[in-house]
Amino acid sequence: MSDLRELYQEVILDHNKNPRNFHKLDNANHSAEGYNPLCGDQLTVFVKTDGTTIQDLSFEGHGCAISKASASLMTSILKGKSTEDAFKLFDKFHHMVTGEMGSEPDAELGKLAVFAGVCEFPSRVKCASLAWHTLKSAISSGEQVSTEGDDL
Amino acid sequence: MSSLLKTHDPSEMNGLDFDVEKIRQDFPILHQKVGSKPLIYLDNAATSQKPQCVIDAVEKYYREDNANIHRGVHMLSERATDYYEGARKKIQAFLHAKHAHEILFVRGTTEAINLVAQSFGRTNLKAGDEILITHMEHHSNIVPWQLVCEQTGAVLKVAPINDRGELILEEFRKLLSEKTRLVSVVHISNSLGTINPVKEIIAMAHNQNIPVMLDGAQATPHVPIDVLELDCDFYAFSGHKLFGPTGIGVLYGKEKFLDAMPPYQGGGDMIRTVTLEGSTYNQLPYKFEAGTPNISGAIGLGAAIDYLYQINFSLATRHEEELLHYAQDKLAAINGLRMIGEAANKISVCSFVIEGIHPHDLGTILDQEGVAIRTGHHCTMPLMKRFGVPATARASMAFYNTLQEIDSLAAALRKAQEVFA
Ligand SMILES: Cc1ncc(COP(=O)(O)O)c(C=O)c1O
Repeated sequence: MSDLRELYQEVILDHNKNPRNFHKLDNANHSAEGYNPLCGDQLTVFVKTDGTTIQDLSFEGHGCAISKASASLMTSILKGKSTEDAFKLFDKFHHMVTGEMGSEPDAELGKLAVFAGVCEFPSRVKCASLAWHTLKSAISSGEQVSTEGDDL
Repeated sequence: MSSLLKTHDPSEMNGLDFDVEKIRQDFPILHQKVGSKPLIYLDNAATSQKPQCVIDAVEKYYREDNANIHRGVHMLSERATDYYEGARKKIQAFLHAKHAHEILFVRGTTEAINLVAQSFGRTNLKAGDEILITHMEHHSNIVPWQLVCEQTGAVLKVAPINDRGELILEEFRKLLSEKTRLVSVVHISNSLGTINPVKEIIAMAHNQNIPVMLDGAQATPHVPIDVLELDCDFYAFSGHKLFGPTGIGVLYGKEKFLDAMPPYQGGGDMIRTVTLEGSTYNQLPYKFEAGTPNISGAIGLGAAIDYLYQINFSLATRHEEELLHYAQDKLAAINGLRMIGEAANKISVCSFVIEGIHPHDLGTILDQEGVAIRTGHHCTMPLMKRFGVPATARASMAFYNTLQEIDSLAAALRKAQEVFA
């Protein structure tokens, strides 16, 4: 049960139940659809940027608690950040959920550290990173992404 | 021997009990822990576990008998050939087929269906012709037909199902037309557990001279199969779901169809003569078995079938029925649980969703409790759409499962509800 509580932290359960920024963004200039074939998670990430800064972002779709909470927290945290910083944060996040990092999550990850428990559950890494992959794809190309073939 | 697989007169059963604890001793993998919890394996529809005798048969083959088959005059090759062909005869008896050469060894159900789609389909289909399937097919009984439809211009028709997950026979009948060239239907659904009325389906189709293929991947481990009595034209199954090894499966086809069909793959073993100008093909079944086959797999599958005779299959299936009814009651008592697939006639497969908890989260929490279930779309995405869910959790039982394991499943589901409360 202790590992489970590590994985399903209160913050995650809360964001699963009451996802933030959970709507379509009408003035978005980028969007992409992400799909995790393993569990059927499907979400669309909407982004409004001026080229360098993420002015607004949101998501829609359905998925497991991990993928939904991850999308919810991601959209809450990245508003106002530069796309460059967002991608850097994604790298750190990815390192954390795949367990490629030391025991302590990078301080910059802030609230995202609630996903540290994911690294104990390799089959859930795709769930945690789906929103991020989708965001990256929305900003860089606006294509559909699938976590099939992702490195874990 | 084969009569053991037929349903027994109940009076013969008096005093005979199915000793599940004894059966479990035959399956070494079941006796391990997941963390600190005993393993509870309820993912049998994905693949079944293997009894010791199957593991031994495969090991003995490699230790004592390994050689290529149909090729050598030496002792080992003759022995390996005998065992391989012996396995074919066991499968013939198991399916009650007329001839051993109607049994083709393939990789599994998927390859069997692709073989029929490409060999039978490409020869017999032209633009506007139709193939009829149902809404509850596994992707492996959808995509091969979509491919051959693209290649030939044929059209794939889909018979609808009702909210309980049963085929609507009347609608199925209406979809049979003078354009239908083949019906291909799942015998038992992997996602719902529904047992399709295959005798009626076959009678309806044959009434219009339409051949019928059955996907028996989920049926062979749970019900006796008699292809002659069914009068089906093709029957496919996978060894790994029938307590045998992976990488081996069977396509049964009536001789008259297999004879008329061109080879599926070219290579060694499937030819009579080869010149650089052209080749003539070997007789059945070798025409369809190009290259060195999965010899140890076939032998292991033969051993699995021997095992089923030995344990008394009809008692085993009766135990599975008890498991199903017990599980249905236990699951129905869980708040917010919705069963997906409530056919009157079904096997021990329970697909469900629980309000407020995604199936994938359920799977992770249950794993922590040692309970292995499958979560996802189960390779039946059109079916998930039909029921308006992206995924389900599925507990699928085999005869080595116990009532206590169902209790543990129910307890683990309640734990998941606590986590998500
Ligand atoms: C109903 C059904 N058909 C076909 C298949 C495909 O079997 P295999 O993957 O062994 O080829 C499966 C297995 O998942 C199945 O359950």
